[in-house]
Amino acid sequence: MEYFLQQLINSLTLGSIYGLIAIGYTMVYGIIGMINFAHGDVFMIGSFVSLIAMVLLGVGTGAFLPLALLIVLLAAILVTSVYGWTLERVAYRPLRGSFRLAALITALGASIFLQNFVQVSQGAKIKPIQPIIQGGFTFFENGSMVVSFSYLQIFIIIITVILLSIFSYIISKTPLGRSQRACEQDLTMSKLLGINVDRTISITFIIGASLASVAGMMFVLYYGVIDFFIGFLTGIKAFTAAVLGGIGSIPGAVIGGLLIGLIETFWSAYFTIEYKDVAVFGILVIVLIFRPYGILGKPEVEKV
Amino acid sequence: MSSKKNFSLIIKDLIFTGLIATVLLIPIVGFRTEISTVDSTGLTFNYNFIIAFFVVAFVVGVRFLFHIYWFSKIQKKPQENSEKNKKKFLKKLNFYLGAAAAVIAFTLPFMPFANRYIVDVATLVLTYVMLGWGLNIVVGLAGLLDLGYVAFFAVGAYSYALLATTFDLSFWICLPLAGILAAFTGILLGFPVLRLRGDYLAIVTLGFGEIIRLILLNWYEFTGGPDGISRIPRPSFFGFPFARKSEDTTFHELFGLEYSTMHRIIFLYYLILILALITNFFTMKIRNLPVGRAWEALREDETACRAIGINPTNTKLTAFAIGAMFGGFAGSFFATRQGFVSPESFTFIESAIILAIVVLGGMGSQIGVVIASILLIGSTELFRELEQFRMLAFGLAMIIIMIVKPRGLLANREPSILLNKKNE
Repeated sequence: MEYFLQQLINSLTLGSIYGLIAIGYTMVYGIIGMINFAHGDVFMIGSFVSLIAMVLLGVGTGAFLPLALLIVLLAAILVTSVYGWTLERVAYRPLRGSFRLAALITALGASIFLQNFVQVSQGAKIKPIQPIIQGGFTFFENGSMVVSFSYLQIFIIIITVILLSIFSYIISKTPLGRSQRACEQDLTMSKLLGINVDRTISITFIIGASLASVAGMMFVLYYGVIDFFIGFLTGIKAFTAAVLGGIGSIPGAVIGGLLIGLIETFWSAYFTIEYKDVAVFGILVIVLIFRPYGILGKPEVEKV
Repeated sequence: MSSKKNFSLIIKDLIFTGLIATVLLIPIVGFRTEISTVDSTGLTFNYNFIIAFFVVAFVVGVRFLFHIYWFSKIQKKPQENSEKNKKKFLKKLNFYLGAAAAVIAFTLPFMPFANRYIVDVATLVLTYVMLGWGLNIVVGLAGLLDLGYVAFFAVGAYSYALLATTFDLSFWICLPLAGILAAFTGILLGFPVLRLRGDYLAIVTLGFGEIIRLILLNWYEFTGGPDGISRIPRPSFFGFPFARKSEDTTFHELFGLEYSTMHRIIFLYYLILILALITNFFTMKIRNLPVGRAWEALREDETACRAIGINPTNTKLTAFAIGAMFGGFAGSFFATRQGFVSPESFTFIESAIILAIVVLGGMGSQIGVVIASILLIGSTELFRELEQFRMLAFGLAMIIIMIVKPRGLLANREPSILLNKKNE
């Protein structure tokens, strides 16, 4: 039971990270209908920028930890969102309206490019960092079994909740969110009604990249080690989360992320750690067989 | 617009580009993190601002050139190019290119400049050509987006490796077996998921690709795990081994030649050339058979196909299985050429490269696959010394080619069948 509770807390933390990345996939897919394969690498860039900012500020050694973390967060968001914007501008915008696979190939190309760009400029070795947020609550102790909720996990979950509330406010209440939802429903019609579609898509990429960069910072803090290749598997799993939740649906992305976190953590806790990714993809296949449009996705009505 | 106004716009744009490039490059390039040598726990910086500055300048320069090019393009009157002439020209081009490529391919090992290295690179390029042609059946003809094609390549390679090392079977027995096993894997994986459409199918195939790789990596007793399988027997010339000395008659004794290590390399080259040509021939023929037509019809409109009584699942399964089979053949060739297989060779990036070859070549274009393979694999292979920058350029090339030619390098999709013969 204690073990179960502990794993539940762990999976919630992991799920938050996946959920934040999955939103980027699902938003882009909802509006322009393409798989942004480079999004995982944007997340990786975010984690590198946070790492660099942390080393630059000497986070963990000085005082004012919350302030320093806030600066790191803002720096990561700023730089990574510029990456997201540039990515869309350079690799995707020239191909808008072109056939579907073209954009997929540029996305794959961008993914390869970003990975190797970081490998060339930062080196291929893993980058370890000292734990920055230590300690936590222990709210259950029974012999050797301890259930603890570390401050780091609390930090990650709180940041996720705050970001999600800001994000859902933007989507549901602001003019920007309205135009975004309009573009999602019908790109051509939105253009006719005077919505600046290019700008909306750019902003979508910026929002997606900033959420991914926060996830990247959490990843650095949580695992304490990154390399240029983390974007691939994390990105694929986040995309799996988006598909699982029903691609195009934002609450679906969060639910999918939490589910993927749950499956992965519990599989490695109770079965084998080697096959945790096999379990994730296996569950995805099973869900898609019985519910081909994901958990919250809308079935596509096909008209002849 | 006056040229003066234009000029100031360009300057503004260049400044903006420079700013963006600075934000992008200074943090990642300027601060190279290294594990500190002092206490070996923390990270320290290696400052590379000068490099970062040069890269920013380079980006701005490229943008400037782009402006000049763009400007000169606008000055010119757009040329009227008749669609029909273009099509005719492309068709002719396709034919001549194909013929020329075949001639070059067959004579390459005997060219004066052909050394071991060139034949090796050519063999690698041909392996990708074959994989591209195999995937073309799935993606180009049947229109199924498969992001896990490398799984079948892996199944073929491991089937060959395991069959050859445990049962001591010869290459010519293992090759069809590996193909059949890969095709069965294709059916097994395809059966539950082929009802899915478009991107759902893409992600599931990607997942399968990863599942196969992870199983190969972790099932230590069966596959050797990360160590892979080594000492895979080399192919023999229909029973005559390529060796200096052997109990059997060796290849060079059979033909009364001087022993040379090149014999095996050239043999492997011709082996993959013939395997690839078989794939090509098969694809061209099957396009005119009912099943091939059904694939293409399915790609165009699934609903209409259902209405006229084509079973989409079965039709897709055949495409999946046949594509997988050719992937399996290529895999067993890969295993015998390397003499060693490990899960490292079957990562997602390989699937991405093969898909890129198909799409960059122009979907459904056979000769396009050849050109794309030569461009992507051949040219990057020649720059092997620039190890790290090779893949960087590879990614960039994928983006640039796609933006310049979104339909692929050679994109003309001839209908495989017409209702009436065309009256020219």
